[in-house]
Amino acid sequence: MSVFLLQRLGQALVAIFGVMTLVFFIQRLTGDPTYLLVPETATQADIDALRRSLGLDQPLVVQYVNYLWDMLRLDFGTSYVQNVAVTEIIMSRLPYTLQLTGGALLVAFVIGLPVGLAMAIWRRYRATNLLMGVVLGAQSMPTFWSGILMIMVFGVWLRWLPPSGSGSFSHLIMPSIALGLLSMATYARIARSSILDEMSKDYIRSARARGVTTGRLVGKHLIRNSLIPVISISALEISQLLAGAVIVETVFAWPGLGQLTVQSVQARDFVVVQGIVLLGAFVTISVNLVADILYSVVDPRIRKGGRA
Amino acid sequence: MTALTATWRRLFLPQANGGVPAGVFVAILAALVIVAIFAPLIAPYNPDTQNLMGRLKPPGTEARGTYYLLGSDELGRDLLSRVIYGARVSLSVAVLSVILSGAVGITLGMLAGYRGSWVEVVVMRLVDIFLSIPAILLAIIMVSVLGPGFTNVVLVLALTRWPRYARVAYGQTLAISNQPYVRLARAMGAGPLRVLFLHILPNILAPLAVVATLEFGLMVLFEAGLSFLGLGVQPPTASWGAMLSVGRNYVSTAWWIATFPGLCLFLLVLSVNLIGDRLSAYLNPKSR
Repeated sequence: MSVFLLQRLGQALVAIFGVMTLVFFIQRLTGDPTYLLVPETATQADIDALRRSLGLDQPLVVQYVNYLWDMLRLDFGTSYVQNVAVTEIIMSRLPYTLQLTGGALLVAFVIGLPVGLAMAIWRRYRATNLLMGVVLGAQSMPTFWSGILMIMVFGVWLRWLPPSGSGSFSHLIMPSIALGLLSMATYARIARSSILDEMSKDYIRSARARGVTTGRLVGKHLIRNSLIPVISISALEISQLLAGAVIVETVFAWPGLGQLTVQSVQARDFVVVQGIVLLGAFVTISVNLVADILYSVVDPRIRKGGRA
Repeated sequence: MTALTATWRRLFLPQANGGVPAGVFVAILAALVIVAIFAPLIAPYNPDTQNLMGRLKPPGTEARGTYYLLGSDELGRDLLSRVIYGARVSLSVAVLSVILSGAVGITLGMLAGYRGSWVEVVVMRLVDIFLSIPAILLAIIMVSVLGPGFTNVVLVLALTRWPRYARVAYGQTLAISNQPYVRLARAMGAGPLRVLFLHILPNILAPLAVVATLEFGLMVLFEAGLSFLGLGVQPPTASWGAMLSVGRNYVSTAWWIATFPGLCLFLLVLSVNLIGDRLSAYLNPKSR
């Protein structure tokens, strides 16, 4: 157990270190990163002063070590456009993105799971095939299109929901659905294959032979036993949803990290973009780490075999 | 010939998802490709000609001698012509970035699998690192450094997506490089390049084709997403993503601006995904 844990932890650390290095190199793709940091109105004297004060006139190796040291202290720098610490800016937006991701995950789970169950149990019916088509269709729908369509129908024509912005629970509904539709298909597919897998097992057949009704079988055995893969896929979905939030937040003017990313790129506020990218990578790496560890706790074969 | 038709049947004719034969989606894809190639012949008007007297006209109206079948946008440009030209942008960005990322990823992946030792460690760690940054964020940070535009979007997408191919090519090469025919080729004095591209590559193309198809749909979405955010292909070039972003601002007055480009985008991605699904089910019968 502990060897597996240490190995996996080591891999995660290497990945985090690598991501930081990658971002460092991306910064320098155009040569001098000072130009990425200054507002468009800055004069040449400002630029030179900033370059010196940030140590960007020093050798690359020194810059790299300084950069890593800052990151290790969780110091993501200061936005020169807004004159506020990046950590502070990110923290002010984070709750919105968490709300949205949570809402989307809920939508995906609450719709995806029953759909997957239905597709597994009634797989011989034509209607089920149609359902599968709808699910696949939802997955291919670009969020910025489905979002706009929802705004048109529910926001503008029917006036049921506020078309965009934030402030109340009703503002959260449409963005959550738009974002959740993407993951819903994944959940439905995983649930379907996992339930089909479980249905072919001996204990189900013997339960049927004992005369257990279908409803009881599904409620007591099938769902519980096929939940493990469904839950473990959630770890991967969370990082997908965080990425998808960039577009959904822009469509619905939802003031989370995604909108912040786009605004920062437009305002040429590179430090903030860099902070969000690093945060996104850290979240992805740690969520995967946690998922792998949880998985190995649930299924001891993974620990023994070494690879998930 | 019969083998070919049989393959075609198995791929596209049996009861597809939702009862729609998958051939329909092949037809949609083919139609979009044809529209993109022959855009100047098909489009009724120049996609960039503005007509300030005909702004935001609903579908099926006429203004100043221009008949707007799908309506006009905020500058009075014909939406139908712009949607037609938009297919060019979508498809060419996707094709170029799939080719570029595929070439890089497959080469690196095969090298890692075949050579082992430090090449394997370096390449596969790089793959892990790239895959641990959410792709859209990686693309956004690169565009914010390099600047938007057609070429940069293709470059950024290729740089972001090569690890997908590398991972599959690596696994497949590992599995195949100890096969007797590969060892024989090596024993007869074939150099590593000859072994990789003549003996290994042709035998691992099938799973890579599935990856490429699914990636193609993703690339279309990525280009549209970046353009939607204003980070992709720049105006006045007609891109479906950029048109959607304009349409977003006119949802309450001009529904058609966002609806039609979005519909095309959806149909393109849907058909590519379904074809990819079909392909993977066909090549890997166990997954059915």
